[in-house]
Amino acid sequence: MAPPSRGVGRVQPAPENVNRRAFMLRGAALSGALAVSSAVRAADAGEDAAVMDPPWTRSLGAPVLASPYGVPARYEASVVRRQSPGLTRTAQSSVAFTPLQNLFGIITPSGVHFERHHAGIPDVVPDRHRLMIHGLVREPRMYTVEDLVRFPSVSRIHFIECGANTGMEWANSAVPTVQYTHGMIACSEWTGVPLSVLLDEAGVDRKRARFVLAEGADGASLTRTVPIGMALDDVLVVYGQNGEMLRPEQGYPLRLLVPGVQGVSSVKWLRRLEVGDKPWNTREESLHYVDLLPGGVHRQYTWIQEAKSVITTPSGGQVLLDRGYHEIRGLAWSGRGRIRRVDVSADGGRNWRTAVLQTPVLPKALTRFRLDWTWNGAPALLQSRAIDDTGYVQPSIRQLREVRGTRSIYHNNAVQTWRVDPAGDVSNVQVA
Amino acid sequence: MLALAVLALSTAVQADAGVHLGFGRSATPAEIAQWDIDVRPDGTGLPEGRGSVADGQGIYDTKCASCHGTFGESTDYIAIAGGVGTLGSDQPVRTTGSKLNYATTLFDYIRRAMPFNAPKSLTNDEVYALTAYVLNLSDIVPADAVLDRRTILDVKMPNRDGFTMRHGLSRVDGKPDTHAVACMTNCAATVRLASEIPEYARDSHGDLTAPTRRAIATDSAAAAASPGAAAKTADVPGADLAARMGCTVCHGIDKAIVGPAFRDVARRYRGKPAAARMLINKVQKGGSGSFGPVPMPPQAVSAKDLETIVDWILNRLQ
Repeated sequence: MAPPSRGVGRVQPAPENVNRRAFMLRGAALSGALAVSSAVRAADAGEDAAVMDPPWTRSLGAPVLASPYGVPARYEASVVRRQSPGLTRTAQSSVAFTPLQNLFGIITPSGVHFERHHAGIPDVVPDRHRLMIHGLVREPRMYTVEDLVRFPSVSRIHFIECGANTGMEWANSAVPTVQYTHGMIACSEWTGVPLSVLLDEAGVDRKRARFVLAEGADGASLTRTVPIGMALDDVLVVYGQNGEMLRPEQGYPLRLLVPGVQGVSSVKWLRRLEVGDKPWNTREESLHYVDLLPGGVHRQYTWIQEAKSVITTPSGGQVLLDRGYHEIRGLAWSGRGRIRRVDVSADGGRNWRTAVLQTPVLPKALTRFRLDWTWNGAPALLQSRAIDDTGYVQPSIRQLREVRGTRSIYHNNAVQTWRVDPAGDVSNVQVA
Repeated sequence: MLALAVLALSTAVQADAGVHLGFGRSATPAEIAQWDIDVRPDGTGLPEGRGSVADGQGIYDTKCASCHGTFGESTDYIAIAGGVGTLGSDQPVRTTGSKLNYATTLFDYIRRAMPFNAPKSLTNDEVYALTAYVLNLSDIVPADAVLDRRTILDVKMPNRDGFTMRHGLSRVDGKPDTHAVACMTNCAATVRLASEIPEYARDSHGDLTAPTRRAIATDSAAAAASPGAAAKTADVPGADLAARMGCTVCHGIDKAIVGPAFRDVARRYRGKPAAARMLINKVQKGGSGSFGPVPMPPQAVSAKDLETIVDWILNRLQ
């Protein structure tokens, strides 16, 4: 009953399994005889001097300001955004994915928030950046960043998910890890001004206004249409991300945030908002970000990100080093509101158990779920299924394909399956 | 008295909420005119100007063909021609010609975002001409077409009626199109493995242990940890400039993209007399024929920056 043998350097179900020995001792206590032999061996031999008497207990550490803006420990160098090789032809119009497999809780560190740019990251000088609001308003307005910071501010925690997240998986399993299958999502605390405040300041014509066009200051001058109902509800003009100014990759110094809506609508480097009475049918809402259905018709203006979830541990590319206790951990979210419940299956969807939701459970935000699981070494098919507060249940890939086919690219919110094989290797599969 | 004063104060604070704050200033008509370049399908926002298919061809060959292909067929970026009528088939070919619903959107996009490395550098006449030429590549307008703010509205795109807003994803309270039920036990008689990553594709994302391993931070660990990421360039001025100036859009370090790989350029010209001068001149003036027929458009990069970039390619590329 010894754990499967692993060569040096083989992956751990990291990052949570930091101290493997402590983990094994705990595992032994929990599951009786399981793994006892190795645990006893560890206890007998004891830790060696490298652990028991490390140099940092006998010397001075680095002074304050060794790193004026702190960076992660150097041992965490593999926790980085990654590109999916071959997905895009240029690095300027491309995607870098969030390393979901390495993260805890619901807040994505700003430095690994996924990137999606259409013409690279502009180096915007904040003093030379302006936001113009015009169109169906009484008084067109021009704001500096400082002007906007003066307005009464709000901070809210919301996810941003690219509409194409999981887009590579419509027809078949295609990419190996949760970073690539689901890493076009991130969740931050955003600080800014409600767009409704700014629209009222400009004297928006509430009778005629139906849509707002948002435009970025990057080379693409990316434009997206936002319906006025959303604009007057919870949309923010944001300058803050996780307590500091926005990162350049996230739209420094200003971006729009349209909660629960596909990320492209949260226009970065925001410089212009035009109020109008019709949608604009921009390139990013006609040639792209439209969902092809069987028969050849495209769904247009598919704003909402429906309820979705994914297990981040164990997930593709990881290896279970030990049988016995594992905490299944994952993320759930819904663009329509709060997560009400998450169920987890270890047998490919035959039987389900309800997971524990970690508070806070916020609307249109990532919600962390977890569930105790004992792996007995048999093959397993791990799945999670989110239910939001509208009662909507996250569909299987089969259910999605029955309606939308396999060419849709966008809005794949299907249940994800991870296969655990007897050796402990975890891989991306789909079941029917 | 104190209680009254506190009361008065809190009332004053409350009264401020919702008041017109008046921060910022009015946007001037000239400012609005300069930034408001969007064009709607009904023609709102179209500027004066005109351009023909023939005019467009000349501009296209110089400024667009290097990425989009001489006939708009290149799938390296976005294919812009062909595929009309295929969207309902098993192999939909998604191009500007086959997918777009309004010619005005093409005009709007070219004007704001193209060419990729020099957006907003085209005149309105050039944008009308390019719109005409791109549409002609898909046989949507005839070879003698001339587009302006009136005639562009007469263009009927093949996929004009190919879009629908009748779905539940346009409203937060929209009706879903799937109806999964949260069954808890004995939910499926059988579970069949339907798909896994094919054997040949399993190494395509590099060493999968890297994302989960606690590695000592070394350059090699960081490199292994980031398959497909751009080479680390910040410490190498020439490489950094090449990335920032957009050279790497078309030239990989090791891999030809649209143009030759930098390493191939170095291999051919390293040690040749006046190679640096020749390459700088070539970048600034454009050219073709050295590495194939795809022309390199002239690039607006300063001589000083080009010296750094070319020096890096010829002498420092490791």
